[in-house]
Amino acid sequence: MKLLKYALLAIPFLYFSCSDDDDAPEPINEEEVITTMIVTLVNHQNGSDVVTMQTQDLDGDGPNEPVVTVSGPLTAGTSYAGSIQWLNEMEDPAEDITLEVQEEDDEHQVFFSASGVGMEFVYMDFDGNGNPLGTQFVLAPLGAGSGSVTITLVHEPNKPNDGLDTAGGSIDIQTTFPVTVE
Amino acid sequence: MVDLHDGLPLSNATVEINELEILGTTDFDGNVIFENLCNDTFLLTVTHEDCVSLTQSIDIKKDTFNKIRLEHHLTELEEIMVISNNRNNSRTLFENKISKEVLEDYNSRTLGEVLKTVTGVSSLNSGSYLSKPVINGLHSSRVILINNGVRLEDQEWGIEHAPSLDINSIDKISIIKGASALKYAGDAVGGVIIAESTREKLLDTIYGNATTNLQSNGRGGGISTNFTKTHSNGWYYRLQGTLKRMGDFETADYVMTNTGFLEHNLSLKAGLNRIDHGFDIYYSLFSNRLGILRSSHAHTAVDIINAIENDIPHIIEDFSYDINIPRQKISHNLLKLRGFKNFDFGKLSMRYDFQSNDRKEYDIRRGDRTRPALDLNLQTHSIAFDLESKFENNSNLKTGISARYQKNFPDPATGVKRIIPDYKKYDFSLYSVYDTNFSENWFLEAGIRYDFSHIDAYKYYRTSLWEARNYDELFPEFVVEDLGLNTLTNPKFDFHNISSNLGARYSISESENIFINYSMSSRKPNPSELFSEGLHHSSARIEIGDLSFNSEVGHNFSITYDSSNEKSSLTVNAFANIVDDFIYMIPVDLMPTIAGVFPYWEYKQEDAKLFGFDLKYDRQYFTNFFVGHQFSIIKGYERANDKPLINMPPVNLKNQISYSFPELSNLNVSLESEYVFKQNEYPNNNFEVFIPTEQTYQLLDTSTPPDAYHLLNFASSVGFKAENGGNYKINLRVENLFNNLYKNYLNRLRYFTHEMGRNILLSVSYSY
Repeated sequence: MKLLKYALLAIPFLYFSCSDDDDAPEPINEEEVITTMIVTLVNHQNGSDVVTMQTQDLDGDGPNEPVVTVSGPLTAGTSYAGSIQWLNEMEDPAEDITLEVQEEDDEHQVFFSASGVGMEFVYMDFDGNGNPLGTQFVLAPLGAGSGSVTITLVHEPNKPNDGLDTAGGSIDIQTTFPVTVE
Repeated sequence: MVDLHDGLPLSNATVEINELEILGTTDFDGNVIFENLCNDTFLLTVTHEDCVSLTQSIDIKKDTFNKIRLEHHLTELEEIMVISNNRNNSRTLFENKISKEVLEDYNSRTLGEVLKTVTGVSSLNSGSYLSKPVINGLHSSRVILINNGVRLEDQEWGIEHAPSLDINSIDKISIIKGASALKYAGDAVGGVIIAESTREKLLDTIYGNATTNLQSNGRGGGISTNFTKTHSNGWYYRLQGTLKRMGDFETADYVMTNTGFLEHNLSLKAGLNRIDHGFDIYYSLFSNRLGILRSSHAHTAVDIINAIENDIPHIIEDFSYDINIPRQKISHNLLKLRGFKNFDFGKLSMRYDFQSNDRKEYDIRRGDRTRPALDLNLQTHSIAFDLESKFENNSNLKTGISARYQKNFPDPATGVKRIIPDYKKYDFSLYSVYDTNFSENWFLEAGIRYDFSHIDAYKYYRTSLWEARNYDELFPEFVVEDLGLNTLTNPKFDFHNISSNLGARYSISESENIFINYSMSSRKPNPSELFSEGLHHSSARIEIGDLSFNSEVGHNFSITYDSSNEKSSLTVNAFANIVDDFIYMIPVDLMPTIAGVFPYWEYKQEDAKLFGFDLKYDRQYFTNFFVGHQFSIIKGYERANDKPLINMPPVNLKNQISYSFPELSNLNVSLESEYVFKQNEYPNNNFEVFIPTEQTYQLLDTSTPPDAYHLLNFASSVGFKAENGGNYKINLRVENLFNNLYKNYLNRLRYFTHEMGRNILLSVSYSY
């Protein structure tokens, strides 16, 4: 009889657990994803010489590859004021991640490198400790040729550091743009 | 006249009809006949030397047959209880047991570490505290854990999920390698771990234990206590609690920052324990908060290359008790109600249990996001009826039926794509196991189990992935709504699985046995294998499951020779596990994303084979000198191309010498040596990663196992009686005596860190 008693006791539990409605779960607002990086380069000598480099991966870690575009060639012997914007276009309207990175400037750093062409990069913004951040920078193409520029955003690097290889942290974004310098 | 608990006839019982003062004695078949009585109501008094006397009234109308059940005397019941405590789960399967004493020695550790004391069992670790048992090379969903009769449902599919079980709440562990214990599960392709607390005594008594332990590595310790009050009428209750706290662990050279943990556990049990009926209510709470090595937070292949090149973590801070992000916070609640009653046809028991597993994983996140990145709640209700019948020819039949409902809820407030989707699962199962003493030396056992599962999941897939994997053509019926970027789907699956077991034991003599066993286990794919789709940050790879998987079926053949006498014991076990449709992951490609190029791993179903051999030999020399040896080797391959399986435990050899001084408070000192060979057979999943900043390719070597290592441990213990009759036991252990710096192939974080350095452990326990 005890068995029966406990079987009866269990019924409310089972009833409770089975009485859920069948509604589909709500969609998730994927907050931290970066889908887009837009690098805008404005020639210091000629304000109408604007080069935009962009990478966009709207499905995030889905199978579609990022689309990388560069609007045109850079001019040798000049310098460009560079600025970077990151967006999460999975959200509607798109969220500007740049603001988060700038707010947490001590936990982020952008690293620049070039290959195939001579290129100089100078950090133009710094965190509260005087260490470089890199959302604002100067890019100076040293001579004509074609090659690539790689821009890397690292979350939680050791700061200060002497370069990407030893900075630690984790890479949020890393994109190589093909560039031509004329 | 029959025995109350087993229904066997009782001879030599005296029966008196009080009114008539007529005496009778039962014969060999338990019968006594009184003739020429009038139709009337009489009072009978029944006495037997081993039983409690019983007085009962009977109505006599013409020829009346009356069956009377007698309860054995309590002292004898006590013996039966002891025997049933040591009873095996099967008579034809060799079980490795871990005793209360070993559990006490390891009470500051995790279940994974205790289980490693058994030959052929290893552990798969994520850092120093998080360890999962590996039986004969298999782990996670392939190893089933039974806690006090309840199958643990704690998201065990995840490699970085440790079992939610406090070793201080249990008194005995049995490990059945390579076979399903069909009573509990049919899907244990690797093996079953059965953790139990002892049955309560049928005496008016109080007993318990209190243990304190301290350890140098982690600079922490734990306290644990349990208290049991029992009554000779069968009522009892038991309380148990554990508290553990550790700071950062240290390797030989540096502090592993953010590896501390905090754990608090509690269990309560109360009930009535009689020979022919009883019930109990059991509740346990397991909860912990544990830090994940700070430097193991890597996002991309380049991060891992940098970590491997660095050899030591890039963040090493001073020792601390802080448990910062990344960390896990787990709580597991278990409530069980159980009742049983003996009938003529056997012992019928009923069980209902409820489990709620809550898992929160906190990751390093951008912005001031303090919410967990993963927040899962898994609730499981199950109900089961089991019948155990004994027959006269010393054979037993166990049958049962059970049903289970499970619901997984991933909280969308995380703001991170769900790794495991919302699902509801309905299970139903039937089993039957028969064993018999075929001849004087042969025991045979045969069992079969049927499991039905229905899974009803809701999942948002990336539309691009849904189409890339052709799911839009294969499973159009699952689509609920296309939302552009994502597609809401409602996958539903039914699985029908059969598992079975055929075993024999041949007793060469009292102390020598051979166990031969074949078992077939069928495991349905777990949620991770079905539904994974996307970046798994902690592994820095993209992991893709497959909706079209069918169940994995393992055929395990094993033979064990076991011999033990006063001076020595030898156990030799060999097994072959032929697994059809083995589900595992392989790297198939590279996938560019905005964060760089990731290795793209897919779950695949391929036929596999595993075989291995374990040996354990202990011998006593002179009076107080003992030597012990353990050896185990496991090999696993894909059947089609003989490619080795990943994460197979390397060959290992343990040797132990110990000496005891009975005259010095039972002082026992021992030295243990553990040699782990380099795993020389592994799949080569390395690939070349393009390093854009250097315009070069570099090898991401995540496959090559670390070198062999040798550890020496020292252990000593003394035990003495306190004046009030209690017992003290003091243990001192030193692990990794020479403070070696080494890496372990079965540690997922081996790219980032070495293993623990020297650790001095002291524990004092008092039992009463």
